[in-house]
Amino acid sequence: MGAAIRELIARRDLLFMMTWRDIRVKYKQSVMGMLWAFLMPIIIVCAGFIVRYALASASGKAVDMADLTGVAVKAAPWAFFVSALRFGTNSMTSNWQLVTKIYLPRLIFPLAAVLSALFDLAIAAIGVTFFLVIARTGLSVHLLWLPLLVGAFVVLTASLAILFSAASLFLRDVKYLVDVFLTFAIFFTPVFYDASLFGKLAPLLLLNPVSPLLEGMAAVTVRHVNPSIPWLAYSCAATGVLLVLSILMFRKLEPRFAESI
Amino acid sequence: MMNHPVGSELALDVQGVYKKFRRGELYTSLRDLVPALAGRVLRKGGGDDWDQRDFWALQDVSFSVQRGEAFAIVGGNGAGKSTLLKLLTGIMRQERGSIRVSGRVSALIEVSAGFHQDLTGRENVYLNGAILGLTREEVRRRFDSIVAFSGLEEFIDTPVKRYSSGMFARLGFSVAAHVDPDVLLVDEVLSVGDYLFQRRCVERMNEVIASGATVIFVSHNLRAVANLCRRSMLLERGRVQMVGPTDEVIRTYLQRGQQARTLDADHGVAITEVFTHDAQGQKRVEFESDAKLRITVRASARTRHEDMSLVIQIVDEHQYPIFDTCTQRLGAGAFTLDAGDEFECTFELDVVLAEGTFHVNAYLHRYLTERAYDNWLSAATFFVTGAHEVRGAVTLHPRLTGFHVTTAVAGAAPADAPHGEQRNQPSLDRT
Repeated sequence: MGAAIRELIARRDLLFMMTWRDIRVKYKQSVMGMLWAFLMPIIIVCAGFIVRYALASASGKAVDMADLTGVAVKAAPWAFFVSALRFGTNSMTSNWQLVTKIYLPRLIFPLAAVLSALFDLAIAAIGVTFFLVIARTGLSVHLLWLPLLVGAFVVLTASLAILFSAASLFLRDVKYLVDVFLTFAIFFTPVFYDASLFGKLAPLLLLNPVSPLLEGMAAVTVRHVNPSIPWLAYSCAATGVLLVLSILMFRKLEPRFAESI
Repeated sequence: MMNHPVGSELALDVQGVYKKFRRGELYTSLRDLVPALAGRVLRKGGGDDWDQRDFWALQDVSFSVQRGEAFAIVGGNGAGKSTLLKLLTGIMRQERGSIRVSGRVSALIEVSAGFHQDLTGRENVYLNGAILGLTREEVRRRFDSIVAFSGLEEFIDTPVKRYSSGMFARLGFSVAAHVDPDVLLVDEVLSVGDYLFQRRCVERMNEVIASGATVIFVSHNLRAVANLCRRSMLLERGRVQMVGPTDEVIRTYLQRGQQARTLDADHGVAITEVFTHDAQGQKRVEFESDAKLRITVRASARTRHEDMSLVIQIVDEHQYPIFDTCTQRLGAGAFTLDAGDEFECTFELDVVLAEGTFHVNAYLHRYLTERAYDNWLSAATFFVTGAHEVRGAVTLHPRLTGFHVTTAVAGAAPADAPHGEQRNQPSLDRT
């Protein structure tokens, strides 16, 4: 574990270059260029608005602005989660030439995939901020929670990407499983709705470690309240455990990568 | 010959290394794996068939290399050379044994593997530099030198997908050649690019060796091995056969190649043995230029063959024919082999060859029907040393019989001043 992190720090320039490569290749030779980074979150946010509107009319309430801004705040990180995991799962098989021919710390592949998706999130965040300003959401001291929430969310995403990338190196259909998982995960995660909607069953939904983090982001930016501390602690603990487990497993399998890919 | 300073450190220490591979396909999807696992559980102990599919690519490999030494690994296809290099770089890990390397390892293997087709040459230099272990700052400092070495200044901002394969490989080699490692692993890269680029590569290798780096060199190019490395290891089917001075290792390697064949059921007649030796009958693979070389060829027949003659051909290391002759042209006449007959003939040749590696091809031929009954390409290989004053395949024994410099007299054009000519002809004839 320590050795893995020391090796990554020693090769941080490589991590930077691989991330840069992934971003550069994604936007090179595409007509819309950087607009792609906005498009995905915009589509997800629009879908969220529609769902939100439907929920509101079903319960006979008017849609209020805080609901829409809440959806926007949660949808952008969700778009990051999906693209980072898709990209991360394939990161090792698509770099098979490097895996089999040149030695480098292989953790760099899933991490670079996650970081390049993070770049898209940063661009999307500009759009979301713009929207929040227009919606007159306002600022509060609760925003200080945001770095912790986003940080834990990124680490959680990276841990899953590490896990899936190694698994799909050995078993190619892991890729399809991840696709199915990501397609339906949005129903088990409070992105378009709030966990409170479920009443007594809400804790069940929050067991998904992604949920408290997304709920927390909406709470601190839109509703200006503290996130639920116990649930946040639970998410952070789950993230930590997952991170350690994924790195340990990755390192254990790493010697077999070149001959098994 | 190998006088390492006492107490000099080891750059590389390999002890008792084993590496196992599995033949056939692995289960690469859950769809295949789940039924297979279920089947194994049901059969109980069905794991045995797995072990039979294992084969050892390396067995009990041990050697060590001093810091600053150039060391070669010689061996035929499938000897385990590339596997060994993959273990040294850390791409794979051995089943047993230990490998200790001191300092930064870099490999001139697959030097273009890190290139991305959509990026330009410039972007790929930075990317590949990082992959090979340089920081961005280090690449920036070496950038001009890398590009100059590759000779691709004009195309450096073109995406590499528009490069020819030669340009691609040259750029890859240029980046890799600027890494300044403590231990450099080289695998067959000296065959990249045209003649001029190859020469630049050899010069660069010599610079790296001179700068005190340790170089591990894997090649089929025996001449390059002999020039660059004093000590070598012979690897055969995953086992170390010999570690020692390069010329002895190469001699052993070539002699092992000159082993007899057996007559199989598919052939009515076959050449069974071809070897090179000197006039005393002593088997040799290394000859001085201008020495006498003898080639003995043995054949045996299972069925009757008439009007045969035996052809030998000598080709250079690129398989370019230099010379051929046959028993018939040398006056022996066509011969007939009856079932069970053994045949042997010996040719004596003057080695008017220049330095290099040469192969002997042998054919059993019937001129009447223009048909070859058996051929054996590269049946034997030999080396020629000496004749340092010439290059090429043969030596035509050059001597300098005239040599003078005409000095121009100041103030007068040379054409108008025949008196200014100064004869300068030392006796340069060589004996």
